[in-house]
Amino acid sequence: MADATTEQEPLLTPTVDDDGAPFWQYAARGELRIQACTACAELRFPPRPCCPHCQSFDSEWRRMSGRGRIWSYVFPHPPLLPAYAAQPGYNAIVVELADAPRIRLVGNLVTAPDAPLNSIAPERLRIGAKVQVAFTTLDDGHTVPRWILERP
Amino acid sequence: MASLKDATAIVGIGQTPFAKQLPDSEKTLACQAIIAALDDAGIAPSEVDAFASYTMEETDEVEVAKAIGAGDVTFFSKVGYGGGGSCATVAHLAAAIATGQASVGIAWRSRKRGSGPRPWKNTAVQLPTPAQWTRPFGLLRPADEIAMLARRHMHEYGTTRDHLFNVALACRNRANQNPAAMMYERPLTRDMYMTSRWISEPLCLFDNCLETDGALACVIVSAERARDCRQKPVYVHSTAQGLPAQHHGMVNYWNDDPLSGPAWTAARHLWKQADFGPQDVDVAQIYDAFTPLIPLSLEGYGFCGRGEGGAFTEGGALESGGRLPINTGGGGLSEAYVHGFNLINEGVKQLRGTSTAQVPDASTCLVTAGEGVPTSAVLLRAP
Repeated sequence: MADATTEQEPLLTPTVDDDGAPFWQYAARGELRIQACTACAELRFPPRPCCPHCQSFDSEWRRMSGRGRIWSYVFPHPPLLPAYAAQPGYNAIVVELADAPRIRLVGNLVTAPDAPLNSIAPERLRIGAKVQVAFTTLDDGHTVPRWILERP
Repeated sequence: MASLKDATAIVGIGQTPFAKQLPDSEKTLACQAIIAALDDAGIAPSEVDAFASYTMEETDEVEVAKAIGAGDVTFFSKVGYGGGGSCATVAHLAAAIATGQASVGIAWRSRKRGSGPRPWKNTAVQLPTPAQWTRPFGLLRPADEIAMLARRHMHEYGTTRDHLFNVALACRNRANQNPAAMMYERPLTRDMYMTSRWISEPLCLFDNCLETDGALACVIVSAERARDCRQKPVYVHSTAQGLPAQHHGMVNYWNDDPLSGPAWTAARHLWKQADFGPQDVDVAQIYDAFTPLIPLSLEGYGFCGRGEGGAFTEGGALESGGRLPINTGGGGLSEAYVHGFNLINEGVKQLRGTSTAQVPDASTCLVTAGEGVPTSAVLLRAP
């Protein structure tokens, strides 16, 4: 699916803030980690400075198994940014983590970490399908999570 | 505690034509709508001393006040979150006027979304940091985010595309009766709906609002003053804003329950302050940037149980003569998408008895702002 357009127009990369930076740093090491309160151990996502349960400002980043289930999915169609329009039939999914079902991550279901966003047949997507995280490094150096069916 | 209940009234409404392309600027359109609303009320521009708008509005109160010849302004407010702020403008003015901070308030919306820049076309240059969790993965536009909720609602509750078609059809049918609507005399059929192109599967073209040029405004004064105005007053009975605990941006994937959005929060306060409940609402104007917002809002505002929003649309429930006629001017889906302000003015028309799809003897109307984003709502009541 990679044509001239995709090469000229890269996918959007995360605009990282202070709170989110550790997530992306761990992702670059191939680790899916979620922020947890050091005081009360509650997980929270998206990351933020303070625990909404106990108001502690101390947090750590807990490693997840990377397993999850598809909570919902969509197939966006044009008008889209060029890099996405160049991958017709691509999917965006929301995954709920097996370790913490209320922690949900937006991502893409693909056949392999480096495969295009439309690499998997649309009929393979199903709410509840088990998925496993994998990481890919984009052309500009950002590493982002992708999701692969547990039973390909 | 002072009550805002029926303490203020909307006494004037104004609007420009709605079209894909209008030659005038946003500022000009805003002034046209405001002058028309003041003329409708019989109030001179020099008496205006309060303004309320909501974000993504390009015409500031400074510019508008100067252009129309307003007097000294003692209250102005700009509510956040775009379309979630429409009804909050009325709420803020009602609070200001009821507490003596001002006497004549103007709320307005002016847009050139039809011919001007479309904000989601170039998300690359306006990527706020919360979007790091969504947009890089191709969840680019509000339509994509709401489609994600719609798919989940379909999965959990058996909501169908036919339910969403019922919403689109009710709005289109009302627009077909409204000569000011962009979709006047342009009927919609089930076949057109089911065979139209996808925008974000499971949402198709007709699940999405129109891109529109146009402006609207309304005038709010105290109930006491309203008695001397040119038009029959429409009382601001109850208002609310809603930003739920642990909310996030446009949708709530990270909340315990993403299918219970800001409408639920706004609704609790709205009904607590009101003399009547959902069963007593004669007609509703529900924010419809996307069809799934209607079932979600029907649940949130208590017209049906959790998960029953799709089924509620069956049997013509949303049509004229149905259980709850909605968006009687055509709404954002078929009259004009002006960030929900046309819903406010249509609510006023219903309670004046002047709608092009008049609900007989309508005396109560719910108007809501955008669901998903932090939102607002207002209950209107006839004298």
